[in-house]
Amino acid sequence: MHRDPLALRSFRVLTGAILIVWLVLPLVPLAIWSFARGWRFPDLLPREWSLKAWTYALSDTSGVLGSLGLTIFISVGATALSILVGVPAGRALGLYKFRGKQVVELMILAPVIVPGIAVALGIHSVFISLGLTNTVAGVMLVHLVPTLPYMVLVMAGIFANYDPAFEQQARSLGASPLQTLWHVTLPAILPGIIVGGLFAFLVSWSQYILTLLIGGGRVVTLPLLLFNFASSGRNDITGAIGMIYILPGILILLLTAKHLSGQNGAVGGFGKP
Amino acid sequence: MTHVSIKSLTKTYPGAPKPALDRLSLEIPSGDLTALLGPSGCGKTTTMKMIAGLLDPTSGDVTFDGRSILRDKPEKRGVVMVFQNHLLFPYMTVADNVGFGLKMRKVAKPEIDARVAEMLALVQLPDLGRRRPSELSGGQQQRVALARALIVRPNVLLLDEPLSNLDAHLRFEMRDLIRALQRDMGITTIFVTHDQEEAVVLADRVALILDGSLCQYAPADVFYKRPADEAVARFFGGHNFIPGNSTAGTFHSTLPPLRLPDDARTGSGKLTFRPESVRIGAAPENTLTTRVIDRIYLGTQTRLRLSSGDNVIEAVLSPDLVEGLQPGADIEINLPRQSLWVLE
Repeated sequence: MHRDPLALRSFRVLTGAILIVWLVLPLVPLAIWSFARGWRFPDLLPREWSLKAWTYALSDTSGVLGSLGLTIFISVGATALSILVGVPAGRALGLYKFRGKQVVELMILAPVIVPGIAVALGIHSVFISLGLTNTVAGVMLVHLVPTLPYMVLVMAGIFANYDPAFEQQARSLGASPLQTLWHVTLPAILPGIIVGGLFAFLVSWSQYILTLLIGGGRVVTLPLLLFNFASSGRNDITGAIGMIYILPGILILLLTAKHLSGQNGAVGGFGKP
Repeated sequence: MTHVSIKSLTKTYPGAPKPALDRLSLEIPSGDLTALLGPSGCGKTTTMKMIAGLLDPTSGDVTFDGRSILRDKPEKRGVVMVFQNHLLFPYMTVADNVGFGLKMRKVAKPEIDARVAEMLALVQLPDLGRRRPSELSGGQQQRVALARALIVRPNVLLLDEPLSNLDAHLRFEMRDLIRALQRDMGITTIFVTHDQEEAVVLADRVALILDGSLCQYAPADVFYKRPADEAVARFFGGHNFIPGNSTAGTFHSTLPPLRLPDDARTGSGKLTFRPESVRIGAAPENTLTTRVIDRIYLGTQTRLRLSSGDNVIEAVLSPDLVEGLQPGADIEINLPRQSLWVLE
């Protein structure tokens, strides 16, 4: 990159800066609010600072920590289920030709196209008869509706570049089906599982409507709690919870940035040995 | 040492009008190196995958030393198949690739290391263990794939087009390596190829498969001297087929009568002989006077097309023997008796 001409380099820096400002700037007032004791209009910064909002947010009475645990549990669960379903589905779509393949692809993509609320209303009546409404399990399951398309799409891309002859070679060399999965298939598709799982986690993490409808207000994940405080006008507490809410996303992003760079991402597989 | 017996092996893919492989039967002696030869799509790789357990046959049987192996899982058969494009695991080092089969068999790490080192030395790549497969040349990858297969000491080794991805000079190196290792370890080896030259240089015996059926199974030289039928002869570059009648050791056709070898069949048929067995000049028997139609210079050889009556004879000769010979000239040739063969 050091060979880039100056103009291109400054363009990179500029766009990078705009992107960061675009993403980070809206969060700054939120962060300031969380440490403010009153912040009125003409003031550029609050006159007095306080840790009250944070103390409250981290206390037992606010329910934030419990909600955080619940949200992590639901999102991790929805991600794990997405991987369990999405990897075989992506393999089928990426590797094999079969009758009705395009219909299946469309069905899997449909939740991205159709508004979530329309889907959720239909699922709601089904879940009532199954006794899944107002339960954590029900919320986790309904999160699969928006998470699966991403998982399946990423895995289908991985498997389109994957040569299943590697598995035959492993079997022939003496590997059992399970050993083949562990030593040959998984290493090849791991970048896809990481990228797809990351998508799935973040999509589940940010679900509001689906959680509200299926959880019936009993399953209070962080976005629901956040919305409660935001609509009650407690800007300082909203700021503190907001900070907590975006933390996992930022952490995951930092930890997996190299997988998203395209160097090692969802374009790998066994395509180019 | 394993005697491989293939009995009426048939594979019909779902929806296909005819079998990809039709009732193939072969007896492959223990320690033998056999080539399955045929054009692409003739059912060779299908056969290999069925022996390796990667594909289920429609009917027929495969036995090792008399025991059917069709119900054994691929990893339990004692068969290793080496694919044409090597299929080295890209995220493993060369040493890990070679040691893969031992690791799957839960062999202790120190023993794996020792045997990997020994194997890499055997394929003449002693210092490349820590490299990634992508850092190797095609010939080196081929040798790593061979080492990875041989390290588990299989009873039967299957090679898919083992020489086809290699340059001319590497082919002979690889061929010598495969032959030496296979002989030393006594592994019954079957390889498939579409290249008759590859089959001839490497194999003890060649099975020619055309269109899903076995045409002839014999040592390589038999395909040149004693082909089973015209299709076999043509596959091996035969051009001369002269219809006529074989009686009492003589072939009668529009050519002058020709003396045949003792083992030639009698009755009506086609006379065939290799272009390279044609000799220039008169001899006590089987001498013909022919006219040169044209000649093509091929560098180390010259190909002549000769006419005798209505018959066209192809001859391949050393260039210095036919120097200055122009189209239209008459020359005498003779066909040594042992080089003649009569087909149905």
